[in-house]
Amino acid sequence: MTSVETSPGATAGQTTPGLWADLRGDGTAMTGVVFLVLLLLVAIFAPLIAPHDPEAQNIIARLKPPAWMDRGDWAHVLGTDHLGRDVLSRLIHGSRISLIVGAATVALAGGFGVLMGLTAGYVGGRTDNWISAVIDTQVAFPGLLLALMILAVVGPSTMTVIVVLALNGWMVYARVTRGVVLSLKHTAFVEAAGLLGCSTWRVMLRHLLPNLSAPLLTLATLEFARIVLAEAALSFLGLGVQPPATSWGLDVAQGKEYMFRAWWLVTFPGLAIALTVLAINLIATWLRVTSDPLEREKRFARRARPAR
Amino acid sequence: MGRYILAKLWQGVIVVLSVVVVVFILTRLVGDPVRVMLPLEATQEQRDQFEAQLGLDRPIGVQFVDYVSDVAVLDFGESLWQRRPVMEIIVERAPATLLLTFAAIGLAVALAVPLGVVAALRPEGVVDRIVVLISLIGLSIPQFWLGLLFIVFFALTLGWLPTSGSGTPAHIILPALTLAIPAMTRLVMVVRSTMIDELNAQYVRVLRVKGLSPWRVIAVHALKNSAVPIVTLAGWELIRALSGYTVVVESVFAWPGLGLTAIQAIERQDLILLQAIVFLTAIMVVALNLLLDILAKAFDPRIDLRAS
Repeated sequence: MTSVETSPGATAGQTTPGLWADLRGDGTAMTGVVFLVLLLLVAIFAPLIAPHDPEAQNIIARLKPPAWMDRGDWAHVLGTDHLGRDVLSRLIHGSRISLIVGAATVALAGGFGVLMGLTAGYVGGRTDNWISAVIDTQVAFPGLLLALMILAVVGPSTMTVIVVLALNGWMVYARVTRGVVLSLKHTAFVEAAGLLGCSTWRVMLRHLLPNLSAPLLTLATLEFARIVLAEAALSFLGLGVQPPATSWGLDVAQGKEYMFRAWWLVTFPGLAIALTVLAINLIATWLRVTSDPLEREKRFARRARPAR
Repeated sequence: MGRYILAKLWQGVIVVLSVVVVVFILTRLVGDPVRVMLPLEATQEQRDQFEAQLGLDRPIGVQFVDYVSDVAVLDFGESLWQRRPVMEIIVERAPATLLLTFAAIGLAVALAVPLGVVAALRPEGVVDRIVVLISLIGLSIPQFWLGLLFIVFFALTLGWLPTSGSGTPAHIILPALTLAIPAMTRLVMVVRSTMIDELNAQYVRVLRVKGLSPWRVIAVHALKNSAVPIVTLAGWELIRALSGYTVVVESVFAWPGLGLTAIQAIERQDLILLQAIVFLTAIMVVALNLLLDILAKAFDPRIDLRAS
C-alpha cells in the first residue's frame, strides 16, 4: 500500500487506515478473524498440538466414541475411526491441507488472473479481444466436470487439485481486474505515468495494481472459501487428496461407511469444514461492505436513519 | 435481436469446439488411454491390440479428424465398462439428472423469493439479520456433508424418507433439498438486495402514497421489476448444478443420473463414457446459457446488444 497517495478516488486508500478500528466494531467479522487466526496457528503447529500421530493405527481401540460418551476415554477426546486413528489428531493435521490448498490455489489463480486482467485492460486492442474471448469461453465451460476429467486422466494428488482448481478459477480475477483497469485507464494519474515514460509493466504494477487491492482482497477471500469447499468435495469423491495424507473431505468419505454406528467420524470433520468456511465468509461479507464506498454509504445511512 | 442471438450462438459454438479440443488433448495426449484403461499386468501384445482397436496407432491429425466427425454425429463408441454404446447409457441416465436439477432449482426459487422479500422489508431488522445469517451458514456447509446429515436425520432417526436410491417420489426429496440449499442461499441474497433497491425507488413511494396495499406494491410491482436478475441467477444456478454440483449430490444419495455415472466411469477408468458425459453436459450448459441470454434480452430490452 505504498503508492496509495498516487491514487485519487481509489477505494483502498480511504478505507485502509480505519480497517482495524472498523473490524473491532464488527463482532461477527471479528469472530471470523479470531477463528481463522487460531486455525492458522493450529495448522502451523499441528505436530506439536496433536495428541497422537494422525496415521497411527490401533486396532484394539477402533471406533471409540468421544470422551464424554459411555465407552469413550480422554486419550481420544473426539474418539477414533475404523482403524483406531485419533479423530482429533486427524482434524488438526487436516487443517493444513485445507489452508494450503486454499492459499496456493488463490495465489496461483489470482496471480494469473490479475496479470491477464491488467494486460487486457491496459494494453487493450487485439490483446484485449483475445484474452476476453478466452475468459468468456472458459466461463461457459462445465468447469467441475472438466476438472473431474483432468483428475481422472492425470491422477489425483494434492498438486493436481491445486492446479485444476486454479485453472477453473482464474477468470473471475481477470474480469474484475479488467473492469477496474478500464475505468482507471483514462484518469489523470495513469495517463501522466504513461506520458512520463513509465514502461507498460511499471504502470500496470506500480500504478494500477495498488488500486485493485480492495476489490481483489474481497474476491480472494470469497474464492478462498469456495476453494476450501471444492477441495473437500473432491477429496470426498476420492479425486482429491489421497491417503495416507489427511483431509477433512477424505475423513468424511471414510467415515461415511461407519456413519450409522459411529456418528462422530462424519460429524467432526464436516463441522470443521463448515466452521472454517463460515469464518472466511463472515470476513468476506465484512470486507465487501467496508471496502465498497457504495455499500458503506448505505450502511451508515441505514444506521443514521431511525427504523421505520 | 437476430444479430444478438447469432452472436451468442457463435459464442456457444466456440465453447463446444473448445470442449472437443480440450477433451481430445486430455484423453489422447496428456493421458495414456491404454495405460489408464488396461490392467497393469497386460502384455505388450494386448496393449498393441487395444491401441489398434481404439485407432490410437494412427497419426494424431487423422485421429482428431476422426474424433470430431464421430462427435458431430454423437457417436462416442462403446463403453469399456458396460460393453454397450455410450449414448444408450447417457439417454438412460440423463432424465434422472434433469429431473433432480430442475426440482432442486425450482425448490430453491420457491424458498428464496419469500425469504428474500421478508428480509428486504426491514433491512438490518431482526428478520433480515436471521435470514442473512441462515444464508451465510447454508453457503458454508459442504454439500456432501449436508446430504449425509439429512440421511442421518430424516432417513435413519425419523424414518420418514428413504436413505438413497430412486424409484418412488419420496426418493427425490432429500437429494433435491441438498442440491437446493446452497443455490437458495445465493438466491436469497440477490432477491433481498434487489428488493431493497426496488422498495427504496421513487415509484414504490408513489404507489404507497396512492394508497396501494403493501402486499400489492410488493407482489405486483417491486417483485416484477426484480424478476430479471432473479430469473437470470436461477438459470445460472441450474447451470452450476448441472455442470458440477449434481455429481456430489448424486454420489451421496446413489441417485442414478449422469453425475453418478461420471464417478462410476472414473472408478472403472472408462474414459470413453466420461468424455461423452463431459461433452453432452457442455452442450446442455451452452444451450441453457443461450436460452438465458435470449430470455434476459426479451424481458429487458435495455440490455446492450454487444455486451458479453
